[in-house]
Amino acid sequence: MSAIIELRSITKSFGPVDVLKGVDFTAHEGRVTALVGDNGAGKSTLIKGLAGVQPYDGGEVLFEGNPVTLHHPRDAARLGIEVVYQDLALCDNLDIVQNMFLGREELAGGTFDEGRMEAEAARALQTLSVKTVKSLRQKVASLSGGQRQTVAIARSVVKKAKVVILDEPTAALGVAQTAQVLDLVRRLADSGVAVIIISHNLQDVFAVADDISVLYLGTMTARLEASQTSRDDVVGYITGTKRMTGVDA
Amino acid sequence: MSTEIENEGPATVVEDEAPSLLGKGGHGGVGDAVRSYFQRVRGGDMGPLPAVGGLVVLVVIFAIANPLFLTERNIANLFTQAAPLVTLGMALVFVLLLGEIDLSAGVTFGVAMGVFVKLTQPGGMAWPLALLLALGIGVAVGGFIGFFVARIGVPSFVVSLGLFLGLQGVMLVIIGAGGTYRLSPSQIRAIQNQNLPPWAGWTMLGVVLGVLFAVALLDRRRRAASGAPNPPASIMYAKLGVIAVLGAFVVFYLNQDRGTAARSLQGVPIVVPLVLLILMVGTYVLDRTRFGRYIYAIGGNTEAARRAGVNVTLVKWSAFVVCSVLAVVAGIFTVSKVGSADAAMGREIVLSGVAAAVVGGVSLFGGRGRLVHAVIGATVIAVITNGMGLLKFSAGANLAVTGGVLVLAATVDALARKRSGATGV
Ligand SMILES: Nc1ncnc2c1ncn2[C@@H]1O[C@H](COP(=O)(O)OP(=O)(O)OP(=O)(O)O)[C@@H](O)[C@H]1O
Ligand SMILES: [Mg+2]
Repeated sequence: MSAIIELRSITKSFGPVDVLKGVDFTAHEGRVTALVGDNGAGKSTLIKGLAGVQPYDGGEVLFEGNPVTLHHPRDAARLGIEVVYQDLALCDNLDIVQNMFLGREELAGGTFDEGRMEAEAARALQTLSVKTVKSLRQKVASLSGGQRQTVAIARSVVKKAKVVILDEPTAALGVAQTAQVLDLVRRLADSGVAVIIISHNLQDVFAVADDISVLYLGTMTARLEASQTSRDDVVGYITGTKRMTGVDA
Repeated sequence: MSTEIENEGPATVVEDEAPSLLGKGGHGGVGDAVRSYFQRVRGGDMGPLPAVGGLVVLVVIFAIANPLFLTERNIANLFTQAAPLVTLGMALVFVLLLGEIDLSAGVTFGVAMGVFVKLTQPGGMAWPLALLLALGIGVAVGGFIGFFVARIGVPSFVVSLGLFLGLQGVMLVIIGAGGTYRLSPSQIRAIQNQNLPPWAGWTMLGVVLGVLFAVALLDRRRRAASGAPNPPASIMYAKLGVIAVLGAFVVFYLNQDRGTAARSLQGVPIVVPLVLLILMVGTYVLDRTRFGRYIYAIGGNTEAARRAGVNVTLVKWSAFVVCSVLAVVAGIFTVSKVGSADAAMGREIVLSGVAAAVVGGVSLFGGRGRLVHAVIGATVIAVITNGMGLLKFSAGANLAVTGGVLVLAATVDALARKRSGATGV
């Protein structure tokens, strides 16, 4: 299967520090790809390049097989790449529909088509089988952490994103809400979206990911299928005691 | 950890049903709608409720204390007295919603009106031209503040405080210390001193109700077409009915002859439809356009708005321009009422404008409030000024009571939010 996103020998340095040293990475439609690695491995840097907020220094980005440049968040948005930020980026004083459509409101005859936005928001939440939101006209301030994460993820559905990137979506959540969000991530992928998820929690990773890519000090040391590998192996790659050849270092 | 919020009833709403089951609070019976409203109020989201209650109490007190208060003449006077503060309050809402402030809004209209009144002295410039110039001064001052706040990042409190001081100097240069210029153009004087013929007052009410009704119907039709649930129609009719009754009462009252035996005087003051126009257009902009929605979004979470693709700089900048231009309109209403301009014009009123917005339920922290809140708050302050004036209280007592009401309003709001854990921002 061909990748919707393919990164080839990506490099990025901050002054004398090489943070990404020729990274290859792929993500596929309908699959959840987990990006794991120790603190400072370069995960967020890799993601910021895809989001267009911090362009790469070198290397090639292929989107649906074609080379593209990602120099601005607009470039990413145009391709259908959406990032769900860890700190969520929702407006507490707006309701769920208003947040989901922020920046891309539907207009008709010079005014908001609130009915259409509400119906589309409802459909997006249905796609993800969200059952915990009572009213679409509820202010986001009154939602729990998991519900807020839900709204942030559903926003990418409304935007018809092809690639959704989540940076540690469960870091601040309890057990039940984590399960809920992972469920959501799974359904998002099942609807045909390519999902990239960063997580330090290997239990979550194995619960939801199809593919696992491991970054170690700015190089991709492993690309594994979740069903073909074990937790110990992944830990080995993350800590650098194991290499892709399978030989202990 | 709970997976849904407490006291929200059953969590499962969507299941496999049609989307029409979503959007609660916007559908169901009248009972549901009323319940969801009271739930919001109990949740601390009281909006202008305390101000409306306060207004009713004040009116009753003043009406009992002085029989002159409810006379046709005093009611008409109240409308024209309140118009400048109401307009200034609405102007300030645009920047308060961003979590910003414009302390120079009053002196901005002072300068603009100083220029206007001086240029339109007999034999001077044509008044429409001078009026455009005055509004242009509003654009320039708003653009100036907006530049420093939105582009450079200087706090609006500081920029507008600087202008508050600086523009007073400009006023002294234009008008001269102690100088006073009489307002000459009769068209501008007419705004606060002439009235609509009785039939025009009724027409005005009809147009307002017609527009509100048409917009409500259009909304319902569009929601139905998209398959989104509509609130019960009876709620819409009830709201329109309340506005119709209140409006008819006011128009009827103002259409009574309040003149002397020698000279008849009746009708709605011309300023009233102008204020209504600003209220309706402004509310349209804030509720139904991207610009308005982004003002709320920035006031709620600037970073979220930026990431969603909102041009934060442009929106902030424009909001300051809108504020200053509307402030100039408040100035027009002021000179029309006072009949002249002096060097101190607009110096005092700006803090009353902020107070009006806060009394009405607009948050100083941004993101919460509506234009109609400022209208209600300004009316409260105008009623205090008018009523205490009739009772021959000193200006000092008047200021003390206004200040007390401001603190009381803010306290009620803070307590309501605290008790509820601030559900709805
Ligand atoms: N703007 C920057 N300027 C300088 N150095 C940076 C910058 N951004 C990141 N770095 C460095 O790049 C390295 C990789 O950072 P990055 O945030 O990508 O790691 P990460 O894998 O996301 O880590 P974590 O798991 O802690 O989030 C770190 O050593 C960091 O200090
Ligand atoms: Mg990181």
